[in-house]
Amino acid sequence: MILTFNILVAVSLGYVAMLFAVAFAADRRARAGRGGWLRSPLIYTLSLSIYCTAWTFYGAVGYAARSGLEYLTIYLGPSLVVIGWWWLLRKLVRIARVQRITSIADLVSSRFGKSPWIGAVVTLIAVAGVTPYIALQLQSISLTFAAFIEGMDGGMDVDFVALWTAIGLALFTTLFGTRNLDPSERHHGIVMAVAVEAVVKLFALLGVGVFVVWGLGGGIAGTLARIDASPIPMWQGEGGRWVGLTALSAAAFLTLPRMFHVLVVENDDDRHLAVASWAFPLYVLLMSLFVVPIAVVGLERLPEGSNPDLFVLALPISEGHGGLALLAFLGGFSSATSMVIVATIALATMVSNHIVAPLWLSVRGPDEVARDLRGTILLARRVSVAAVLALGYVYFQYTGSGVALSSIGLIAFAGVAQILPAMLGGITWRGATAKGAGAGLLLGAAVWAWTLFLPSFGTAIIPQPVLDQGPWGLAWLRPRALFGIEGLDPLLHAVLWSLLLNAAAFGLVSILTFPNPLERLQGAQFVNVFDQTGPARTWSRSGAEVEDLLVLAQRVVGHETALDLFQAEAEEQGKSGHLPDATPGFLQRLERELAGSVGAAAAHALVGQFVQGPGLSVGDLMAVADEAAQILEYSARLEAKSAEQERTARALREANDKLTQLARQKDAFLSRISHELRTPMTSIRSFSSILQEEGLTPAEARRFAGIVEAEAHRMTRLLDDLLDLSVLRDGQVTLERQEGTLAEVIDRSLLSAGALKGDLAVLRDPAAEALPVVTDLDRLAQVFINLVSNARKYCDADRPELRIAVQRRGPQVIVDFVDNGSGIPAPEREVIFESFARLSGRRAGTVAPSGAGLGLAICREIMSLLGGSITYLPGQGGAAFRVTFPQGVAAAAAE
Amino acid sequence: MARPRRPLFLRPASYRQRRLRDAARLLPVLGIALFLVPLLWTPSDESGGVSNSGALLFVFGVWTGLIVAAHVLSRILRLDAGEDRDEPP
Amino acid sequence: MGRRVLLIEDEPNIIEALSFILTRDGWTVHTHSDGTTAAARVRTGSPEVVVLDAMLPGRSGFDILRELRADPSTAAVPVLMLTARGQERDRDLALRLGATEFMTKPFANAEVLAEVRRLAGG
Repeated sequence: MILTFNILVAVSLGYVAMLFAVAFAADRRARAGRGGWLRSPLIYTLSLSIYCTAWTFYGAVGYAARSGLEYLTIYLGPSLVVIGWWWLLRKLVRIARVQRITSIADLVSSRFGKSPWIGAVVTLIAVAGVTPYIALQLQSISLTFAAFIEGMDGGMDVDFVALWTAIGLALFTTLFGTRNLDPSERHHGIVMAVAVEAVVKLFALLGVGVFVVWGLGGGIAGTLARIDASPIPMWQGEGGRWVGLTALSAAAFLTLPRMFHVLVVENDDDRHLAVASWAFPLYVLLMSLFVVPIAVVGLERLPEGSNPDLFVLALPISEGHGGLALLAFLGGFSSATSMVIVATIALATMVSNHIVAPLWLSVRGPDEVARDLRGTILLARRVSVAAVLALGYVYFQYTGSGVALSSIGLIAFAGVAQILPAMLGGITWRGATAKGAGAGLLLGAAVWAWTLFLPSFGTAIIPQPVLDQGPWGLAWLRPRALFGIEGLDPLLHAVLWSLLLNAAAFGLVSILTFPNPLERLQGAQFVNVFDQTGPARTWSRSGAEVEDLLVLAQRVVGHETALDLFQAEAEEQGKSGHLPDATPGFLQRLERELAGSVGAAAAHALVGQFVQGPGLSVGDLMAVADEAAQILEYSARLEAKSAEQERTARALREANDKLTQLARQKDAFLSRISHELRTPMTSIRSFSSILQEEGLTPAEARRFAGIVEAEAHRMTRLLDDLLDLSVLRDGQVTLERQEGTLAEVIDRSLLSAGALKGDLAVLRDPAAEALPVVTDLDRLAQVFINLVSNARKYCDADRPELRIAVQRRGPQVIVDFVDNGSGIPAPEREVIFESFARLSGRRAGTVAPSGAGLGLAICREIMSLLGGSITYLPGQGGAAFRVTFPQGVAAAAAE
Repeated sequence: MARPRRPLFLRPASYRQRRLRDAARLLPVLGIALFLVPLLWTPSDESGGVSNSGALLFVFGVWTGLIVAAHVLSRILRLDAGEDRDEPP
Repeated sequence: MGRRVLLIEDEPNIIEALSFILTRDGWTVHTHSDGTTAAARVRTGSPEVVVLDAMLPGRSGFDILRELRADPSTAAVPVLMLTARGQERDRDLALRLGATEFMTKPFANAEVLAEVRRLAGG
């Protein structure tokens, strides 16, 4: 097989297209609810393999060629962490699920009183640490292209490869990573693509390894002999680095944003951890198994001075195995791309939630806060994806390809490891405070930047004299020898000092400062996550207008999700409709849901804007603690029972209220019928007697006769409606099931209701409406006609607009009619579905008498006959009605 | 916070479960101890140093052992990982 | 200029019928159909007779009547109350609140005319 540059590009593009297809298919399956196996422990374990980046894929061999066994520390640390999952990972995963954590910055910020600035600090550290790491992946892709092109005709400039890779990755990530806002919905497409890439890279590395051991090395015994004879000493006596790097990689495994994302945020089930506890170490063991043989054989066979970072690729090429080389190339490509994709998502989430959202909230006034929040966050996330990748590309351009792969990786590890003290301390020690965490993070990050990150640019940022003598001649601040302690390995020196000072500042400041109540509450919840019977409350009092909260929630988590959430809560409280009471418990749950989209700190601030009164006081905290203690003493059954009783009592109360109201209404009903019949009768009688007199002009006579006729019609209509209603109520109706599409029914209704005359703009969604339904279409049309004519009659906007939105949820069809008028005031919403509930304000100047107020009552009866419902939807801006009914298609097929 | 009272002695099945969790906790500690062994070696390039293949076989051997042990434990522990309460450490 | 009657009613066709009858009889008819501002309109227009419907958008005719009677400047204006509900209770309430006369819809044109004339003359 002869490889050309074009073949290489074509293969890469084909591979990327395949990944798009996989991600797309997985997303679709998940959305259709058939994604059960997408959440298997196997996929979870494979997704963890993004720990193995291009650095490990190519760099491990180079590392082994230089330092022997030391490359294994990078894998041993994480293996030990995962094997010891019962200690730490289980708790992290549980906390993240209970608190709806979206990223590592969110975890730390949420623990320390939902502090926005702690979140921002962690985010900045992560961006600083991970950007070089992303650059590293771009570098490895462009290096491997260069390795292939060497010796090909027409050497080409490969710089653009990195650029196009970055652009392609930005596209992929935006497409599959920022589509939805609630990370609890998880990124099935991306996880699946990452799992496929995990298999490809393992397969590729094993392929090259098998070829090297059995094809070139002479089997296992032969290879072992070659290793013994090799000039690389496997154990070089660097005990400090052996222990230090194992610990560092274990820390980085927990704190790298991308690892936190796949390990904790995308985790569906504690039990997946149990499988990963052996499967992930097995995966990395296999990934590192053939590293030493490849290094040894590569040093033997490849010409002097070859870059050992590329042995994985260079060996098959030089031995003339084009196919194997291509496989190795795809393996490396997979390693690089999967890491970049997940790292970018994780960083973008953090940047948008912890930097953009708080800034946005502080700039905007409270009234406009909720407007377009969702759009702003999504946009911020997309821009962050592009910005993070651009930053990586710039770093790649700036540092060039001079630095060995492994050293960039370790710099990143040391950077993100600064988050570890705050994270570990936060989940194990209730005394940790936000000020302590902040102090530790800032000090640790500063020491890391000074001793490791900035010197990595060579002398570009820190000039040589400063490196040698320290800033302003302060020798104890020399980047390579803090406090005058010289002779340490630079990496160990940086890791040791930064983490030591970080942890010390964290502990000391925590002990000296006092946490605020929210910090104490969150601290208790994090540390004692396994003892929680239920979430403790962070809202003590509430003066929140539920409808405002609904509007807010809709703008953050999306329309349907918010409505479902509120409806479920209302049901839980034993209320009907979409608006529950704003109990502290509900506010707490709502805040959690919002946190799943915008992070804990922003969610807390958002809800806080709608809840009057002070937040949490120490007194409330004590009350919460007392309450928790009491609840623990009751048995779970008792608790459930009393909740059940409360619900029943509530439902009863509501039913009773309704009955009393009904009795009152029955009285009013008769008097209304009398009124509604006498009113047209008055006109008829009066004009009839006028018409009997003489001396009318023909024009007058014609007009008066017209009025008599119109009023007679009105009476007929009223009688029809009354009859209709009583027949519907008795249930003496035979439904005629017909087949048709929803669009036809809506077309017909708009025509009958006169909505096409131009006084009401109707916004429709033809794609969603092309939905086959089997039901009584005439009755359904009757309901629609009613709603459309109501909008025509009562919508008081300057330019009346009616939006008809259609969606399918399972077997149910949902049609929403939303106008842009001023809506129906809350007190009247309860009664609009009752008979004769004509709304008070009506449009003046209409000649035709308006309806009798039976329309919505009839609609309600019809919908319940069709097995559906009609409800008023609060919080939509104008008047909004939701019609729900079974699509009926499957049922028809069964008949 | 008050804890609900726990029985002092457990039935054999729960007892077995508890000890398995202890084992799961101890496994990484054992791993760390074994991975510290190389600190005692003489470097490979000095006379009397550990042989290249010996060093390699030791590390991979320990690693494989840990994986097998973790596999056995996880098969049993997976069943009750979803349980809510943790015993006090 | 004829004598002034103020018609407070919200049904356009009833307004038209009453206006026609009264205008032909030589009255100057003013109409008003919003309940909330009706009392003020009586004050400023100083009609000789007020014809007041019991059910109006915004405010009930009974409330308006109560306000008219409480205000010295309008306490003496004759008020003919119309209602379509036709219940004894309504008649009692209207008369107790100080309506000069009470009629149930539908009415005979001649009766309304006679009442308005009687109230203006009385």
